[in-house]
Amino acid sequence: MSALTITYALLFYTATAILAIGVFRKIFIYARTPAPLLIPTTPAPTTATGVAWRMFKEVTVFESLFKSNKWIWIFGWMFHIALFLVLLRHLRYFTEPVWTVVALVQPYGKYAAFAMVAGLLGLWARRFVVDRVRYITNLSDHLMLLLLLGIGVSGILMKFGIAGIVDPAHTDIVAVKAFFLGLMYFDWQPVPADTMLLIHLTLVAVLMIVFPISKLLHAPGVFFSPSRNQVDSAREKRHVAGWTAAQTPGSK
Amino acid sequence: MADFEIPALKEYPVIPLIQVGSMAHSKPFVAKPDHQDAVGFPHELVDNWEEKAVKKLGELVQGSRALQVFLDTCVKCGACTDKCHYYLGTSDPKNMPVARQDLLRQVYRRYYTFAGKYFPWLVGARDMDKEVLDDWYSYFHQCSQCRRCSVFCPYGIDTAEISMAAREVMDSVGLGQKYCNEILGKVYTIGNNLGLPEPALRNTLDGLEEEVKDDTGVDVRFPLDEKGADVLLVTPSADFFAEPHVDGLIGYGKVFHQAGISWTMSSYASEAGNFSMFIGSGANLKKTTMRIREAALDLGVKRLVVGECGHAWRVAYSFWNTLIGPFDFLDPKYPAPQHICEVTHDLIQRGALTLDKEANDHRIITFHDSCNVARASRMGNMPGGQFIIPREIIKSVANHFHDMAPDTIHESTYCCGGGGGLLTDDLIELRIKGALPRMEALKQVVDEHGVNFMAAICAICKSQFTKVIPYYDFPMEMMGSLHQLVSSAIQIGTKE
Repeated sequence: MSALTITYALLFYTATAILAIGVFRKIFIYARTPAPLLIPTTPAPTTATGVAWRMFKEVTVFESLFKSNKWIWIFGWMFHIALFLVLLRHLRYFTEPVWTVVALVQPYGKYAAFAMVAGLLGLWARRFVVDRVRYITNLSDHLMLLLLLGIGVSGILMKFGIAGIVDPAHTDIVAVKAFFLGLMYFDWQPVPADTMLLIHLTLVAVLMIVFPISKLLHAPGVFFSPSRNQVDSAREKRHVAGWTAAQTPGSK
Repeated sequence: MADFEIPALKEYPVIPLIQVGSMAHSKPFVAKPDHQDAVGFPHELVDNWEEKAVKKLGELVQGSRALQVFLDTCVKCGACTDKCHYYLGTSDPKNMPVARQDLLRQVYRRYYTFAGKYFPWLVGARDMDKEVLDDWYSYFHQCSQCRRCSVFCPYGIDTAEISMAAREVMDSVGLGQKYCNEILGKVYTIGNNLGLPEPALRNTLDGLEEEVKDDTGVDVRFPLDEKGADVLLVTPSADFFAEPHVDGLIGYGKVFHQAGISWTMSSYASEAGNFSMFIGSGANLKKTTMRIREAALDLGVKRLVVGECGHAWRVAYSFWNTLIGPFDFLDPKYPAPQHICEVTHDLIQRGALTLDKEANDHRIITFHDSCNVARASRMGNMPGGQFIIPREIIKSVANHFHDMAPDTIHESTYCCGGGGGLLTDDLIELRIKGALPRMEALKQVVDEHGVNFMAAICAICKSQFTKVIPYYDFPMEMMGSLHQLVSSAIQIGTKE
């Protein structure tokens, strides 16, 4: 077993543990923290089904963002939907046999990488071009985009290559799959010593590690946002939690 | 006139370029020790206030899922940056909702997150210090907690929650805002924001009865503290004598009179407004609202009805059941509480009111959706009823109605510029500049349709606009109450 394989095996075990434990810890905190008062942004649904529909639209088509700003929506939605397809496609490296849906999405997932990178470039451009967005941007916001771009571009280079510089046939994807299945079943296989692949994998591991301590928490967070997930039923159903549950007057 | 420039009304709204620090000088008067006493906060900035403020912030976040989620999830996408009326009116980038939130988020990150503890320079985290506190005092008193940013945020992040928390933290270390805290003191000692004691209140209401009698020849009653009445009306105390508020109160009285509903007001709970929400104080919110429960039980009423007031309706609709419920002592046939517009609308639907639309023919009317009604409550039994019901009432009592531009009404309505505890003369520059987006929308309907009357259902909106619209060359008289229109149209004496 080479030092390279051991390093990457340990890197991915660590990254997976940090991602899983970190995100579950946050979800646990969100779920446990009380929402003492009802604060849905109205008009809000008056039933739980209605709230599920509101949330579904929010996370699939970014309804509020669409109402807000068409440029951010185009770039943001393009990035996220492309990322979704790309992630789905990548499941082929973790499943044997490959699921039908993953096989079906393969051709779209391949080219979605370009849409993903285009969306990221659009979002990054706004951080320089729009003075308001430039003002609110921290160094971490730039680095996050750089990280995601690095992942996207290194992936594209592996898949499609650049004539004379990167040969797409170079990466042994069968060995990559063997490496990841090996990690999953604790039967380690060598990681291919391909520069572009190692860059790609390193950046992905970094993303997994920073996920639970960064703004990427918006992914689980949105489901817990009281202004979006509360039912508008204040008069019909009495709500108490946290400090409002502490002392109930009761009726005389 | 003011020693600052009144913004020019443009043909089309323009998103301004940022002007860093342009409103850094805007600060409301600080609460004095006796104002702080009334609401239970320290007299002045305490020792070790930095440490105590950070600790308080941590406690608040632990007790509020909203804060917990909102402080984590912002991705700085910029969707909210052009949504705040104070940013549009002042160009100060710290009035962009995300930048305002970041004033608090930078401290939260520094003390409560991994990234902020170890890499503060990376994520813009900052120590709690005097400079931060000054920024907080200035800019968290430039947020009217109107929730417009929350509508447009992809995660629903509500800057109102953040600014309420910041004000609670500042209060807890002894830095309070005079306007809000002094007013809450009056509620505790006298019963209402204006400090009208029972004899003065009774006198005012007697005067109203005479006025209506002179106008109409009919004895319309404005009862106070009458046990056994069916309805307890809780209304903002501005309704008792401010113009045009009082014309609204006369309208409520005429509606109850013609419908034959027995009603009363209470001198003990003579305030619907509740500034405890503005300062984010749960303890004060509980204490103030409890007066209403006590009054309702004491008077033995069967229904609770709330007068025209935006944040009061938010507190009543969204929080009363939580804070002072259950309302099992009230008549279950009616929602508890009920908005006066719901009562009037219902009566109109049932044909219980005789209305002469022509009485309002001299008025060309538009309607200003108040932020807390629009984005933090509801009327009727379906989402958005808070937009439909007031407009239905206006169309039932008047012939000429025109809405303002679609992106300035309903859930996208612009705040009047005076909400959230900012309706004070020490913030007049902010109030005038913050009214800009609404003034531009108003000018459009004035130019296109000759609108000469803007109806509102909020005491703060009415006071703010009456004061501010003359700066934009509109006549003060064009501001009115919705029930003022009802009052003009209702033919009392016809259904005795």
